[in-house]
Amino acid sequence: MEPFSSHRGLVAILDRANVDTDAIIPKQFLKSIKRTGFGESLFFDWRYLPDGDPDPHFILNHPRYQGASILVVRNNFGCGSSREHAVWAIMQYGFKAVIAPRQEIGGAQVPGFADIFRNNSVKNGLLTIELSADEVDKIFEMVERNKGLEATIDLDEQRVVLHLPEELSFHFDIDPVVKKHLRHGLDDIALTLEHEAAIADFERRHNVQMAR
Amino acid sequence: MAKTLFQKVWDAHVVKTLADGTVLLYIDRHLVHEVTSPQAFEGLRLSKRKVRRPELTFSTLDHNVPTDDPFNIKDPISKAQVEALIANCRDNGIKLFDYSTGQQGIVHTIGPEMGITLPGLTIVCGDSHTSTHGAFGTLAFGIGTSEVEHVLATQTLRQTLPKTFKVEFTGRLQRGCTSKDMVLKLIGLIGTAGGTGYVMEYCGEAIRALSMEARMTICNMSIEGGARAGMIAPDDTTFQYIASGDRPYAPQGAALDAAIAYWKTLPTDEGAVFDRTITINTSEIAPQVTWGTSPGMVTDVTGVVPDPDKVPGYSRRDVEQALDYMGLKPGMRMTDVRPDTIFIGSCTNARIEDLRKVAKLIKGRKKADSLRVLVVPGSQQVRRQAEAEGLDRIFMDFGAEWRHAGCSMCLGMNPDQLKPGERSASTSNRNFEGRQGKGGRTHLVSPEMAAAAAVEGHFVDIRTWPGIEALAS
Repeated sequence: MEPFSSHRGLVAILDRANVDTDAIIPKQFLKSIKRTGFGESLFFDWRYLPDGDPDPHFILNHPRYQGASILVVRNNFGCGSSREHAVWAIMQYGFKAVIAPRQEIGGAQVPGFADIFRNNSVKNGLLTIELSADEVDKIFEMVERNKGLEATIDLDEQRVVLHLPEELSFHFDIDPVVKKHLRHGLDDIALTLEHEAAIADFERRHNVQMAR
Repeated sequence: MAKTLFQKVWDAHVVKTLADGTVLLYIDRHLVHEVTSPQAFEGLRLSKRKVRRPELTFSTLDHNVPTDDPFNIKDPISKAQVEALIANCRDNGIKLFDYSTGQQGIVHTIGPEMGITLPGLTIVCGDSHTSTHGAFGTLAFGIGTSEVEHVLATQTLRQTLPKTFKVEFTGRLQRGCTSKDMVLKLIGLIGTAGGTGYVMEYCGEAIRALSMEARMTICNMSIEGGARAGMIAPDDTTFQYIASGDRPYAPQGAALDAAIAYWKTLPTDEGAVFDRTITINTSEIAPQVTWGTSPGMVTDVTGVVPDPDKVPGYSRRDVEQALDYMGLKPGMRMTDVRPDTIFIGSCTNARIEDLRKVAKLIKGRKKADSLRVLVVPGSQQVRRQAEAEGLDRIFMDFGAEWRHAGCSMCLGMNPDQLKPGERSASTSNRNFEGRQGKGGRTHLVSPEMAAAAAVEGHFVDIRTWPGIEALAS
């Protein structure tokens, strides 16, 4: 996994909430036994016309968003299926980070990203950034108004900077464990295997039939 | 200190708390299917690692299986994926329940029926509907392929402690209403992200009154409310389910008695604290039907397609997009919605009890002419049981197609799909755009509601539908 420190790139927006992993990568592409080749199928049903040509109405097909590497969406992104193919597709398309808002719904704070999707992102080095709903609204507005708008995401500083004539920047919170993981591109399995003795010891006292 | 069911199971599986606060959690059972595992096995091979506990890993073929002719996979890519799992299981000494074993089926159907799923265990699978197994008081949740590889290599997962969410169902279900209606109602109330970051515990009088099959339906759809896991405390209903039937992996005799004594210690202690609580009066739950493209876009069958400005938790644009996709107009009555296809199947609702109820409701009747009706058992075992009871004859006399076990039209990775614009009444779990086939329009309902719609050709309020009397027989 590639370490993530800082990234500057073109920002694209997708103005939809509850984008599920079936929409990110439809089921017919999950039949592959490989880990690559998913980028072309990202958002397939929205992105292509029935004849296979790109749908010019789909926002990521607009000329101004070609080459975008930062995606801004609405809340509960990546809900539904656990398919890690969704993260692979987003990264292989060229996105390095996704930004989504926390949202107040029915008196409760609803996170920007679904749990399994966020976990899968960390494992692959895709940075998911949660901002407030107002902040994300602001980014949407600025991107719409400023063609070619780029942003820099600084993981060390936990900051998103929009490169406008007068720079706009937003601080984001991140779990320190996740930050370290992304920063160093860590291999979880290798790290866990360092605790082999603890696992073996646990197995000696744990009855897997009874689970105690 | 008073503990919740979740805390007890979690605590019993902490191998070690790491320096950064992450917990190394031991996994008792790892379920594997063909779709989310090939890259994990490939990762192991590349890094020259082994499957640590193959005997705790159980595998089946479900997503790609053609349910009309399971031995004949015509799609070469599907076939390659199935063959990859067969080879990976053989090479790593993992038990595979393929067609020839007579025990193949949807991974979440066969775990419980084989006795692999037991109270107090931790179970994971590269599949979000792993939450199903929580019905036994099991901590069970879906993981991605990287985590599948991690479990294969280490039999553990690195986890942070989730929050707990108590969902109490007071009262009793009305006649014809089901646990599917309970969970759809819940998702309608909290939204599809309301449970994100939480483990649910379902409790209350209405939960206690449910069969294991019905409990599995609720836990199955926890993920549709955003929660990776949903749990129900084990009780006599649980113990009877495990002790009955042919469950080769469940403890027997004295071992079962000892296990039950332990399982009785698992329910949440009096005074244990949850991070969030909701109470729902089950007596007021009407049959639910989804009208949109998210499970939270749901209403009572007596209701209408909503005004886009008046759907809590969804913006006007979300609702307009959904209605446009679904081909529905605000104000339309749900009972005027006419499906083209009825799908009875999936890990949510394809167990024997579901099929029995559907059979009762359609027995001696003919499906509405315009409809295609698919009945797809969750497992080969369910299929055999249904045939032994003569349910297959009832389905076929009705005009339904009686299929072999698999995921089928729940997600259309196999030939069972909706065509663009086709509308289904589906007992599955997700009404996402394109889920059942590109352009397909899905309405999620209970098996009973699907059966009544199959008879009438449109949704009906099963509570007042004359055919409901058959359920009493």
